[in-house]
Amino acid sequence: MILAGLIVLLMGCGMLAWLAGRWNDMLPRVISLVGISVQLIIVVWIWLTHQQGPASGLWIISYTHSWIPAFGIQIKLAVDGLSLLMIALTAFLGLLSVLTSWKEINNRVGFFHFNLLFVLAGITGVFLSLDLFLFYFSWEVMLIPMYFLISIWGNENRTYASYKFFLFTQGSGLLMFLSILGLYLIHGRNTGVFTFDYDQLLGTIMQPQTAFLLMLGFVIAFIVKLSTVPFHSWLPDAHTQAPTAGSVILAGLLLKTGAYGLIRFVLPLFPQASHQFAPVAMVLGVVSILYGAKLAFAQTDLKRLVAYISVSHMGFILLGIYAFNEMAMQGVVMQMVAHGISTGALFIIAGTLHERIQTRDIGQMGGLWAKIPKMGVMGLVFVMASLGLPGLGNFVAEFLILTGSFMASQTLTIIATLGLVAATIYALRIMQKVFYGTEQKQWKIADFSIREMGIMIALVVVLLWLGLFPSAVLTVSRPSVLKEIESVDERKAQTGETYFNRRAIVDRKITMTDISLRGHYLNINTKKAN
Amino acid sequence: MSTADTMSLLPMLILAGGILLTLILIALTRRHLLAFITTALTILAAITTGLLHLNQQPHIIGDILIVDRFGLYYQIILLSATFVISIFSYISLERLFPDKRKEEYYILLMLATLGSSMMVISTHFISFFVSLETLTISLYTLISYYREREKAIEAGLKYLVLAAMSSAFLLFGMALIYAVSGEMSFHGLLAFATNSRGSANVMLVAGAGLMIVGIGFKLALAPFHMWAPDVYEGASSPVSALIATVSKGGVVALLLRFFTMTDLYRYQNVMLAFMVISALSMLAGNLLALQQKNVKRLLAYSSIAHLGYLLVAFISGKGMGVQAATFYITIYSLTILGAFGVVTIISKTDHEAGEIAHYKGLFWRRPVLAALFTLFLLSLAGIPLTAGFIGKYFLLAAGLGKGQWLLAFVLVVSSVIGLFYYLRLIVTMMSQEKDHQPAVPPENLSKGGMITLAILGILIVGLGLSPGWLIDLVRSLP
Repeated sequence: MILAGLIVLLMGCGMLAWLAGRWNDMLPRVISLVGISVQLIIVVWIWLTHQQGPASGLWIISYTHSWIPAFGIQIKLAVDGLSLLMIALTAFLGLLSVLTSWKEINNRVGFFHFNLLFVLAGITGVFLSLDLFLFYFSWEVMLIPMYFLISIWGNENRTYASYKFFLFTQGSGLLMFLSILGLYLIHGRNTGVFTFDYDQLLGTIMQPQTAFLLMLGFVIAFIVKLSTVPFHSWLPDAHTQAPTAGSVILAGLLLKTGAYGLIRFVLPLFPQASHQFAPVAMVLGVVSILYGAKLAFAQTDLKRLVAYISVSHMGFILLGIYAFNEMAMQGVVMQMVAHGISTGALFIIAGTLHERIQTRDIGQMGGLWAKIPKMGVMGLVFVMASLGLPGLGNFVAEFLILTGSFMASQTLTIIATLGLVAATIYALRIMQKVFYGTEQKQWKIADFSIREMGIMIALVVVLLWLGLFPSAVLTVSRPSVLKEIESVDERKAQTGETYFNRRAIVDRKITMTDISLRGHYLNINTKKAN
Repeated sequence: MSTADTMSLLPMLILAGGILLTLILIALTRRHLLAFITTALTILAAITTGLLHLNQQPHIIGDILIVDRFGLYYQIILLSATFVISIFSYISLERLFPDKRKEEYYILLMLATLGSSMMVISTHFISFFVSLETLTISLYTLISYYREREKAIEAGLKYLVLAAMSSAFLLFGMALIYAVSGEMSFHGLLAFATNSRGSANVMLVAGAGLMIVGIGFKLALAPFHMWAPDVYEGASSPVSALIATVSKGGVVALLLRFFTMTDLYRYQNVMLAFMVISALSMLAGNLLALQQKNVKRLLAYSSIAHLGYLLVAFISGKGMGVQAATFYITIYSLTILGAFGVVTIISKTDHEAGEIAHYKGLFWRRPVLAALFTLFLLSLAGIPLTAGFIGKYFLLAAGLGKGQWLLAFVLVVSSVIGLFYYLRLIVTMMSQEKDHQPAVPPENLSKGGMITLAILGILIVGLGLSPGWLIDLVRSLP
């Protein structure tokens, strides 16, 4: 019940904000702030008071209510470790995006917050749905308001960017919908029960070719969202043109829905087909890492640069997911959270700069450190985070992913590691061009205000916490990750292919216990301190 | 006619009586409001009796008519659509029309509805054709009713010529079928079709083919769609809405009944023709709509595409296919009524707000109206939270249930194309250029019109969120 409440709460506050916007500009902001804060409090309360059963894959909380019984459609929401982390991230970044747009958005404030809250409601729905119809429903619900956010409050080229965003995501989403329907019908024919229920659809028996085609429908939708090369071209435009809050939500949350979908739906529903697809996916991941990094280095538009950093970082996620072992998968979860925080922060900085000097061209910046030291320090922290400095969350994530994927494919991992080198180059270039070097123009520019500093400090604290105590997150996600890996492994054993069998054995050997994992990180951290 | 016959036809009789009553009233006194109220009350009475009959046993009147749940459901939908159209017509006539000949409009409106509602209970070529002509002839007049406008005359003539031609095709098809079978009732044709083989079979398929041409014209399916954009543009918006809902809804119901009762689904060639028509309509409708600068033309092309979507369900055959088609036409009627309602309400005295440019910045001038229009467009595009999404889901499920992967794929691709022009319209409404406001709508938007639109909007969102009851209702039809 409380899970449905989360979605209803956001939607209700959205409507209220729109109505309130007719009388007053301040009211919608306050309503959104309160609404999202309540959500954050509820999520934290769930986190602190509920524990997932020991690796048995039981849901922490679930809620089922019939919706359209004629088609076997129900409102089935459930939360496990993975989705708990995701909705926590949603609430946290949602709160920050309301705060960042406090001064930035001054026209149609009510409608802006309506859209913002509906995007968040859609994202929450995606992370909680366990009914495939409801999942697709939420998947689409988050699109329209996002489209409005870009096309109304965006920058100069917003119309083009919003079209591109919408057509890419909608087109790929409809392919997924076809796949969902295909799965539904096949399951219905096999068992006589027509249902979209996730738990019942697991283990549907079908021809390998059919399974592969259906899986492709899902995968295309998810990797378009994940902005994997060659489907990445919507992302730089959308990110660049969106208002700051829009960029934060796009980078921090919308991209993660793709990764979440792969982990939650593609792997368990199509384990065998996923194995067939794994080599391709891993290559795509590596290509994204390197290509994204290369393009990030070539950009002169600050927001575009950060957008390409996202492409590169999402490549790690794809690589990790298709490595099919616990370590890589844990890294992926970590990367999802850490990337949300660090890239969100970079977008906030870019947005703040844009708001103050009306340009995103890094050629026109330079030497800003002296004028805005606070922003400089914060920029440094998050730039270091994106290049993977130990002690911050991204390092843990990338380390785990690379270690995990090394066991799956050594060659690809070695190539992927080059991405870290490239990351250093593009990340340091941001610092050089924006904050150091000679001043290009005499900007009159104000430093972070208290509100903005508060946002930044919250982000830094979370990022440090992730980097220094990763086990807090990893223990939460572990049962779900183990469950997903198991579901893939079971099938792997059945296929009897030697390659996969060999890897399964390797996987089992390296499966770590929670305690050793924690120790492992303590070691790393102490070494660093020394 | 026995008492039972009369009772089962009561909704239609009330409608026919209402037409006569209006005729007499106009002869006595020319009062626009009076004519409108008579019409509205007649239609409401017909809907009420229809609802009361809904749970009765099917009643067969000769070979000619059958009054069953399916037919009554469609009658209620068509009558409700007419009710909404009559409200918009009142607004449109009051504002746009010189102070004469307002009243006869309602007679034609009800006549068209009578024709369409009789068509949905027809089970015989004769009753089918007579009701179709009742509908079509009323439409000729309605389309060119605003004869002071050039485009209205042009549209009326175009419709006259093409509809007459399509009627000829239809008649020739019926004649061919009658020639080989000696049957004109759907029951008789079923018996004949199951036993026939050889040359008779060829004639039967040829006859069915010619009938497809005729029906294709009425539904404006590609490649018989040429008339639609001109007629939609030339006619006043309420009349365009009438063509899109009442005329097409009746023909769809007849098509479903004809094919299920005679079981023409067995003929591969006929179904193949429908598949080609469906795919062509989806693609042509959506691709051509991309070029349009006039909202009414755009809606015309989109209606071509939507009827193409509907055929995907129709091709899937009995059971789920028929249910999906019925559900979809219901949803589509609701939505397109809303869309044309917006066009009606926003129009100024001298001309209708057809050009997309009129809608520029509407979101900031008329937020509620623009939000409703956005809702209708999103429902046409099939976006969740609106009923259009559930409708499209139903179509896809029906199509895929019969393994129509190719058509389903075309549906998906073309609806992505379709999104583009719906979005463009929405973006236009949201654009913020202050200097460009050629058509500031009249100061007072009609209250009644706004309330009607709001009810349509609530229905669309409501059905998007909890469509269960309507789905159950549609599934309970035979």
